[in-house]
Amino acid sequence: MSVAALEVRGLEKSFPGVKALQGVSFAVSPGEVHALCGENGAGKSTLIKVLSGVHASGSYQGELCVAGTPVAFAGVRDSERAGIGVIHQELSLVKELGIAENIFLGREPRRFGVVNRTEMLLGAAELLRTVGLDAAPDLAVGALGIGQQQLVEIAKALSRRPRVLLLDEPTAALSEVEAHRLLEVVRQLAASGVACVLISHKLDEVLAVSHRITVLRDGRSVASYPATASGPSVERIVADMVGRELEASLQRPVAPPASNAFALEVKDLALAPAVRGGRSPMTYADFRVRAGEIVGIAGLMGSGRSELLLALFGAYGDRVAGEIRVAGQVLRERSPRAAIAADIAFLSEDRKRLGLILDDGVRANIALAALDRVARASVIDAEAERAMCAGFVKALRIKTRDLETPVRLLSGGNQQKALLARCLSTKPKVLLLDEPTRGVDVGAKHEIYDLVRELAREGVAVVMASSELPEILALSHRVVVMSRGRTVAELTAAEATQESIMNWAAGERRPLGAGDGSEYRV
Amino acid sequence: MAANIGFDAVQQAIPAAKAAPPRPAARAGDMAKTLRASAMLIALALIWAGFAYATDGAFLQSRNLSNLLRQMSVTGLLAIGILPVVIAGAIDLSVGSLAALTGALLAMATAQHGVSGSAAFLMTLAVGAVIGGMQGFLVSYQRVPAFIVTLGGMMALRGVAIGATSGNTIPLPEGWINTFGTGYLPASAGWAITAAAVVIGTAVAVRARARRAKLGIASASLPQFLLAVAAGAAVGLGAMALMASYEGLPIPVLTVLILAVAVHFVLTRTVFGRHVYALGGNADAAFLSGIAVKRNLLLVFVGSGLFAGLAGALLTARIGSASPDAGQMLELDAVAACVIGGTSLRGGRGSVWGALIGALVMESLNNGMSMANMDAFWQYVVKGMVLVLAVWMDVAAQRRTSEA
Repeated sequence: MSVAALEVRGLEKSFPGVKALQGVSFAVSPGEVHALCGENGAGKSTLIKVLSGVHASGSYQGELCVAGTPVAFAGVRDSERAGIGVIHQELSLVKELGIAENIFLGREPRRFGVVNRTEMLLGAAELLRTVGLDAAPDLAVGALGIGQQQLVEIAKALSRRPRVLLLDEPTAALSEVEAHRLLEVVRQLAASGVACVLISHKLDEVLAVSHRITVLRDGRSVASYPATASGPSVERIVADMVGRELEASLQRPVAPPASNAFALEVKDLALAPAVRGGRSPMTYADFRVRAGEIVGIAGLMGSGRSELLLALFGAYGDRVAGEIRVAGQVLRERSPRAAIAADIAFLSEDRKRLGLILDDGVRANIALAALDRVARASVIDAEAERAMCAGFVKALRIKTRDLETPVRLLSGGNQQKALLARCLSTKPKVLLLDEPTRGVDVGAKHEIYDLVRELAREGVAVVMASSELPEILALSHRVVVMSRGRTVAELTAAEATQESIMNWAAGERRPLGAGDGSEYRV
Repeated sequence: MAANIGFDAVQQAIPAAKAAPPRPAARAGDMAKTLRASAMLIALALIWAGFAYATDGAFLQSRNLSNLLRQMSVTGLLAIGILPVVIAGAIDLSVGSLAALTGALLAMATAQHGVSGSAAFLMTLAVGAVIGGMQGFLVSYQRVPAFIVTLGGMMALRGVAIGATSGNTIPLPEGWINTFGTGYLPASAGWAITAAAVVIGTAVAVRARARRAKLGIASASLPQFLLAVAAGAAVGLGAMALMASYEGLPIPVLTVLILAVAVHFVLTRTVFGRHVYALGGNADAAFLSGIAVKRNLLLVFVGSGLFAGLAGALLTARIGSASPDAGQMLELDAVAACVIGGTSLRGGRGSVWGALIGALVMESLNNGMSMANMDAFWQYVVKGMVLVLAVWMDVAAQRRTSEA
């Protein structure tokens, strides 16, 4: 057997408070497509950062070998020099520059110190042929569609003549046709001797192109099998990905609400695509939520969860088609202002960018959305404002020295609770939560769960999008699953399991257990 | 977690929160603010001491200080006018040209078209507000960068001013507007106003302190508080004594002070003001909190134009005539005043009092250097360096507090 192009042995990596990797091993041969599968948080991103040199050697334990030689990367450049190319999930192209300039960015071929444009264009043209992209090399990247840009990324990685190519969710933003084309390119690259590591949530495509599959769970490589005709079924992979044990502390939801009134009705909601060549991240949503009910929105990364909530909240303005009813009333104006007036509140997944004013105090951050409620004739009653904020700080147990402490000094959990307080300050009847416990420590996490349950008990309709299935399962009375921008399934608490959700989310359109997975091959 | 987390539960929790004992006053944010304010005052004192030495004390004579404050009034007005724009995260470079244009319109209307002083004055303010609003519309609803819109405004409005006046200086006819620009309130009236201001200011401070104590919010210790109140009263009374020993209280200075109080109130105590800060602090968060981002952005530009109109009237009234090249570079003095006063050009941070002290620093440099017979070019060099130095120190201090 030939020497592995890349071998990882017993990789472990910790962050303060978290063990991201606790024993990952796998090997990729030249010419092989090796798929890594795992849930969000299984350690895939950390693994990529180690392999690409972002986490320098010494910050982790374990051994990396490239072509049989142990390597220790001090930085990204070392990794590139060793022949590892990475296609990151987010595109890193400069839209204003041409294709060739992007491919050779920072390593432009020179003659007498001046960029040799001819050589650059010729080199780019050849690489574009390799990845099967029919476009002039001096065309601006911004003029290309997302799928074509992804191919440029691959061409860029290939220009360094890598031995190993890591592809992190390369098809997450692509349409089915584009994804097929990209996977075909990957297959050809492997045939030409490059070792490809494919990270993907989409099990059908994984089974279609991979020679071998390794499953990661909780920072460990838990299973590895050849993807031959007699290989594993989708169900088997999913079972390995989610494991069997649920977090013990997360009990299942309690009594579903007695109320029959719908607090929120969403009909045929769709978001128009934003940019030329772009694909809408959310094309169809249809579901209803009763007062006092918690509905979980599950789906893979890029499935349109966040976009659905933002669209409901009016953040996209008139780009949203379809009907939203709150307590039976059609919500006509699309803006956060109108949404708040209709008793909707929204907690963003990105609290630092979309939520907090970091330098401002706890008081200013909590009161921001409800200043009108503590003002008379538009003049703020400082006493009423402080009293309101002090009440929330106490009720939500926000740990802060005082009301004026800048929120950037608070812990993640307390920042999140301050934002929840802002949501509650407008007395919402519908609460939209996007990743409510992201970047929050375990203690605060459970306080937030209790809070959400309590709010539901008081009659608030809660819509909670989360990438953490245990969280969805523990809180939701019903689960709406999204896949590729659409709501594809609605499961009762009894029907919802990690397996059933993952099956719907990973693109399967049939009920669980109706096949062995062989029909997913292309 | 305890049961009942909804809004009503929060209201019930309030008495308990109120009863919490006051905590000691040791807060990083406040310390930094106090430090910054005192650094600014110390810098101002050093500048004044330097000029006093260079001019053998002439700089500190009541006549000169009274002049200094009068000279400062135009820059001061422009500074507090653009302050909300800067806090909202934008910029307005057009106010110098807009002041020249509106000042010229005031003189032309009264001198050439026989419009009454009051009507012309109101028209001046209206023109300022409308032009400010037009620029604000382009910035907020059309998303053209504020720097570009107002840089264009700075050039175009200057051109309009030159064209409208055919490049001539237009004298302002006699009328109450002259008094507005050059008049003094007699010392007795000045003392009455000052005394009232000191009493009201003290009452407001005492009431705020009592409220903080009631709500269990930390505030300065009693001696510190008394010292601050006494210092505030001393500054007010001292300044008035100075004015009284010359001609009295200059009306432009009184105007600026009254408007400063008004802008301070709007910025810190109204919903609109708080929304402006939020806009500059994090526009996305403000939008998702239901704040009418575009409308508020438009309104701060209307305000900036309104103040530029007022400054233009004051400029013309003070000089007694309107010239199309009046007020050149004033927009930059106004921005510099805000920045020296601790306003962040990234938005979200800034105060009226800081901007006024910043304006005082800039005007002291102008006045002192010309009194010390330094060549005019030095004024530009020194003002430029002071601006950069002030922001450098601020950035350095910020870095230290955020690392601590």
